[in-house]
Amino acid sequence: MRRYLIAASLLLLLTACGTADTPATPTASGGTTPIKLQLQWFFQAQFAGYIAAVDQGFYKEQGLDVQLLEGGVDIVPQTVLAQGKADYAVAWVPKALASREQGAGITDVGQIFARSGTYQVAWKDSGITTPAQFKGKKVGNWGFGNEFELFAGMTKAGLDAGKDVTLVQQQFDMQALLKKEIDVAQAMSYNEYAQLLEATNPATGKLYTPDDFQIIDWKTNGSAMLQDAVWANTEKLNDPAYQQQTVKFLAATVKGWAYCRDNPEACRDLVVAKGSKLGKSHQLWQMNEVNKLVWPAATGGVGMIDEAAWKQTVDISLTAKNQTGDTVLTKEPTGLAYTNDYIKQALDQVKAAGTDITGTSFQPQTVTLTAGGA
Amino acid sequence: MRRALSVVIGLLLMVALWEGYKAVGNPDGTVLFGTRVLPRADDLSMPHVWDMLSRFGRPELTGGRPVWQAVLSATLFTLGITALGFVAGAAVGLVLAVAMQRFRIVERGLLPYVILSQTVPLVALAPLIAGWSGNLSFGAYPWQDWMTVAVISAYLSFFPVAVGMLRGLQSPHASGVELMRSYAAGWWRTLIKLRFPASLPYLFPALRLAGAAAVVGAVVGEISTGTRGGIGRLILEYSREATSDPAKVYTAMVGAALLGLVVAGLVSLLELPLMRHRRRVTVVTM
Repeated sequence: MRRYLIAASLLLLLTACGTADTPATPTASGGTTPIKLQLQWFFQAQFAGYIAAVDQGFYKEQGLDVQLLEGGVDIVPQTVLAQGKADYAVAWVPKALASREQGAGITDVGQIFARSGTYQVAWKDSGITTPAQFKGKKVGNWGFGNEFELFAGMTKAGLDAGKDVTLVQQQFDMQALLKKEIDVAQAMSYNEYAQLLEATNPATGKLYTPDDFQIIDWKTNGSAMLQDAVWANTEKLNDPAYQQQTVKFLAATVKGWAYCRDNPEACRDLVVAKGSKLGKSHQLWQMNEVNKLVWPAATGGVGMIDEAAWKQTVDISLTAKNQTGDTVLTKEPTGLAYTNDYIKQALDQVKAAGTDITGTSFQPQTVTLTAGGA
Repeated sequence: MRRALSVVIGLLLMVALWEGYKAVGNPDGTVLFGTRVLPRADDLSMPHVWDMLSRFGRPELTGGRPVWQAVLSATLFTLGITALGFVAGAAVGLVLAVAMQRFRIVERGLLPYVILSQTVPLVALAPLIAGWSGNLSFGAYPWQDWMTVAVISAYLSFFPVAVGMLRGLQSPHASGVELMRSYAAGWWRTLIKLRFPASLPYLFPALRLAGAAAVVGAVVGEISTGTRGGIGRLILEYSREATSDPAKVYTAMVGAALLGLVVAGLVSLLELPLMRHRRRVTVVTM
C-alpha cells in the first residue's frame, strides 16, 4: 500500500510541473500585449534606447508591455529568439547570420547601430598605427565570433593571421594591454576603451589619457561589420498580427533611441537605476559612444538597413578567416535575412509625430571619465 | 575552541602567504621558456589584503551602498539557491541509490549514465536547461531564472550522493542480510533497519562532496545564465572593473569562498545528531 502511495505522490508531483500554454497569438492582458526582448548582456547604456522606451512609456503608447531579458555568458540572443523564448532579440549581424546558417529562422528588422564600435588599441609609443604593423606582434582577440573584423582587417593589410602575428586570447578586462603582455588589444569604443582611461598610470599617478593610446578603428579600414540590430522571428513575420506588432515595437524603439540622443544624462540615470554595477561616468561615456554609433542614422532614418553596409558585412563574413581558418558564413544568406518593410512604416509613423529620426545635427559630448568609472 | 583557533591560524597563514609572495615575487611574474610559472606580484594582479578589506567598507558605486552589503546580500541569495539545489540533488541521489540497490538491472543500466552525466560540460548544459525550462510553470507560477541555477546546482550535487549512498546500501555483510532474512524481514524493513544505518558513514562524506558541488553549480550557473542577484553574477560584474579597481573583484571572491565555508559547515552540522554514537569509519566514496 505504502509503495503505491509513494508512486501516486510522485505522479502528482510530475503533473504539477506542467508546461505553460504559449498561445499562438499573444493575448492582451489589460489592453497591452506582453513582449519579451532578449538583450546581449546585462543592462548597460548599450541598450539605453530600449530601457528608455520602457521607462518613458513609448512601448505602452503602442499597446505593448515590453519585458527586457538580460543576457549572460552562455545566453545567445538569436537562439533564444529562434526557440520562441523571446519575441525579439538584439544581436550583432555576423553572429546572427551564422546562427541563421545553422537554421535559426530570424530576420533583421531594424539596424539600430549604423556603424561598428570595435577598435584595436595599441600603446602610442609602440608606433603601431595601421593593421599592417601588427606583423610580428602579439595581437589580442576575444574569439567566440567577436574577432572577425580584426581578421578581416589583417587579411586586408596583407597579413596571414596564422603566421604573421601571435594571437592571444583576451579576457574581459584590459590588464593584458596595460601590462604589455600583448601589443594590440581588442576593445569596444563604449566599454573596454573606457576601462583603459579609468585606470591609473603608475608612472604619473593620474589616469591614462587618450594620448597614451593609438586606436585602430575598423570603420576607417573598410573592415567594419554591422553590430546591434533588432531581430524578429522570420516565420511569425507571415502573420499580419506579428507584422503590426513589429511595426509598433520598432516605432517605440526608435523613439527610445531618439530620447537618449537628446537626453544622454537622463538615459544614463535610467541605466544606473536598472542596477548596473558600472559607474556613472562610465555609463555616460558608454551612452555618448553608443549615440555616436546610432547617430547620424543611415539614409532614411535610424534602423534602416544600409545595403552597402549589409553587403560589406556579408562579404567579410564569407571571406575573412580566423585563426582556425573558419569564416562566419559558408554561403550567401538565403531567405529573408533582412527587411526594411517594418522599420519604414515605423519611421513614417514616428516622423509624422514630430520626432527627428535621422539625427543629422547630432553632436557628441565630451565625457570625462573618473577613476574606476565611478 | 581549538577548532576556532586553527581556523584563525589557517586564515593568517593564507594572508602571510599572499603578502609574502607579494613581497618577494617578481612584479612581472616569472616566465620560464615562454610560459608563466609564477603570477605577477604587482598591485594590479594581486592587491594587498588590506586594500581588499578596506574595499569592503567603501561604497560599491559613488553614493551607493558599501561593498560588504552588496557582497553579503549576493552571498545570501546564492546560499538560498545552493540549499535548494543541494536538497533536491541529495533527494534525487538518494532515490537513485535505493533504486539501484533494489534492482540490479537498474544499477547496471543506470550507473554508467549517472557517471556520464558528470562529464557533460556545464557551459553546454546551462543554456540547454535555461532553454527548455523557460516554458515550464508550476500552476500559475512561472519558471524563474534562479530555478535554472538551482537545477544546475542539483545536477552537480546528486552524483556523489547517488554513488556514495549506493556503496553504503551495499555495505552490510551478507551475514547481516541473511539474519534479516531469517527474521522474515522484507526488503523495505531490511532497508530501514539495516541498510540505512549501515550507509551513514558513506552518506556524510558524500553529502560534503555534494555541498561543494552545489556551490560550484550555483556560482557557475549564475555566471552562465546571467541570473541577477547572486555572487556568481557579482564576480562577473566586478571582474569587468579589474582594470581599474582590482581589489573589488577579490571582495566578490571572498564572498564566494565564504559561501563555500558556510555550506560545508552546515552540512557537517547535519552529521552531528546522527553520528554521535557511532564509531567513525574511514570510507572511500568514489
